[in-house]
Amino acid sequence: MGAMKDFVKSFFLLELFKGLTVTGRYFFARKITIQYPDEKTPMGFRFRGLHALRRYPNGEERCISCKLCEAVCPALAITIEGTEREDANGQKSRRTTRYDIDLTKCIFCGFCEEACPVDAIVETHIFEYHGETRGDLLYTKQMLLANGDRYESEIAKNRALDAPYR
Amino acid sequence: MMEVQLLQFLQTQLGSQWLWVEPVWPLVWALMQIVAILAPLVAAVAYLPYFERKVIAYMHVRIGPNRVGPAGLLQPIADALKLVFKEVIIPTKASKALYILGPILGLAPALIAWAVIPFDAGLVLADIDAGVLYLLAISSLGVYGIIISGWASNSKYAFLGAMRATAQMISYEISMGVALIVVLMVSNSLNLSAIVAGQGQGMFADMGLGFLSWNWLPLLPMFFVFLISGVAETNRSPFDVVEGESEIVAGHMVEYSGMAFALFFLAEYANMILISAAVSTFFLGGWLSPVGFLPDGIWWLMAKISAILFLFLWFRATFPRYRYDQIMRLGWKVFLPMCFLWIVVVGVWMLSPLNIWK
Repeated sequence: MGAMKDFVKSFFLLELFKGLTVTGRYFFARKITIQYPDEKTPMGFRFRGLHALRRYPNGEERCISCKLCEAVCPALAITIEGTEREDANGQKSRRTTRYDIDLTKCIFCGFCEEACPVDAIVETHIFEYHGETRGDLLYTKQMLLANGDRYESEIAKNRALDAPYR
Repeated sequence: MMEVQLLQFLQTQLGSQWLWVEPVWPLVWALMQIVAILAPLVAAVAYLPYFERKVIAYMHVRIGPNRVGPAGLLQPIADALKLVFKEVIIPTKASKALYILGPILGLAPALIAWAVIPFDAGLVLADIDAGVLYLLAISSLGVYGIIISGWASNSKYAFLGAMRATAQMISYEISMGVALIVVLMVSNSLNLSAIVAGQGQGMFADMGLGFLSWNWLPLLPMFFVFLISGVAETNRSPFDVVEGESEIVAGHMVEYSGMAFALFFLAEYANMILISAAVSTFFLGGWLSPVGFLPDGIWWLMAKISAILFLFLWFRATFPRYRYDQIMRLGWKVFLPMCFLWIVVVGVWMLSPLNIWK
């Protein structure tokens, strides 16, 4: 009986017609395409995009060269060298001389900002950046600090939104 | 009629410099007719991929091409320009002459078969009595383009694709041919115009419900066999193991680039339109109007071709690809016995008092 049923089903193309009705219905469904450069999807405050190094309000850079981010980075994309110098308050402190992130290696996991004890390295919501040569994607300390200066208000806003959950 | 009128018009209205045209007039007239058929056909072939992308996108709940021109309508032109400016690479170990010949042989049959398709009562390029035989002969020539290009590429994927294409097209040509035998039995003619005209007679046609007297209803199983064989014959999804992009990259086309590749592309879509025209002519009453109160005309043929083409695209958006042995099983073990059975059934029907094709 089951074989008979299967034969009738396949011989009269019943399941094929059923499939056609499904696609036929979707032909008239509302289209869900977001036309990217013109329209954008909403973005969460935890979005992990281009990196930035932040400063304190008095202008001193936050990074204390603890190298936790370098240690935790699973892609080995961060390279840090540090030295001892006087900070903006005139106290002796440990600061970086070199802070490079190789964005061609970075997997944007966000471990560096999780590891940072002073919220120095952060990932911003910026994702529309590009490099025309490979070297353009090797970010140095100056470039990262510049990112931080440029987007500080937005970074601070997103941090504040995230704060209740930490 | 038009032929003579146009010649007279040229000679009387435009003056004596047109006298030279008289001895070569039949040739000029034939060329004019060919252009009148091929120009719209090539335009349709160019825009069919656009509609394919749109229809499939809509079934995927996407929008489809919409960047080049309003609603993406200039997309075919952009695609064509891209392909024209690409280099045609001939592999070092390819057989050069055959390699060039392959795509041309693939496209040509899809175009010359249109000579016998009747567009309206009396509106056909070659009103020959062996029209069905011509159509079958020409459509089976298409496989040569594929096997020659697959062989001449000197590449294993191309060769595998060509082998698959040959086996598949030959298998399905048989069921198409046998399905057509049934059509010939009921219409008693090999002339396509006569086949269409014959579908406009009968009980339902007299009642003003012409679409019920077309061949698709009394020969419903053959209609499905012919339509599905047509899909397989043009190597379209779900029978596209020939192209098989997940297994043999693009089959016989894998080594081709630029315009040579574009020719294969055009051939595939020209074949789709041809098969749709054949289905419309044999089973859906060609230029005949579906209901009595609307006039017959070429627009009905166009509407029927468009509907069948939409089915082709719909199939592609719906069905996953058949396995190769399933394709062979369907062709030889299902369609062919069904066709033979239906020949007997229709033969008995025609000899019985219930014959509706007198």
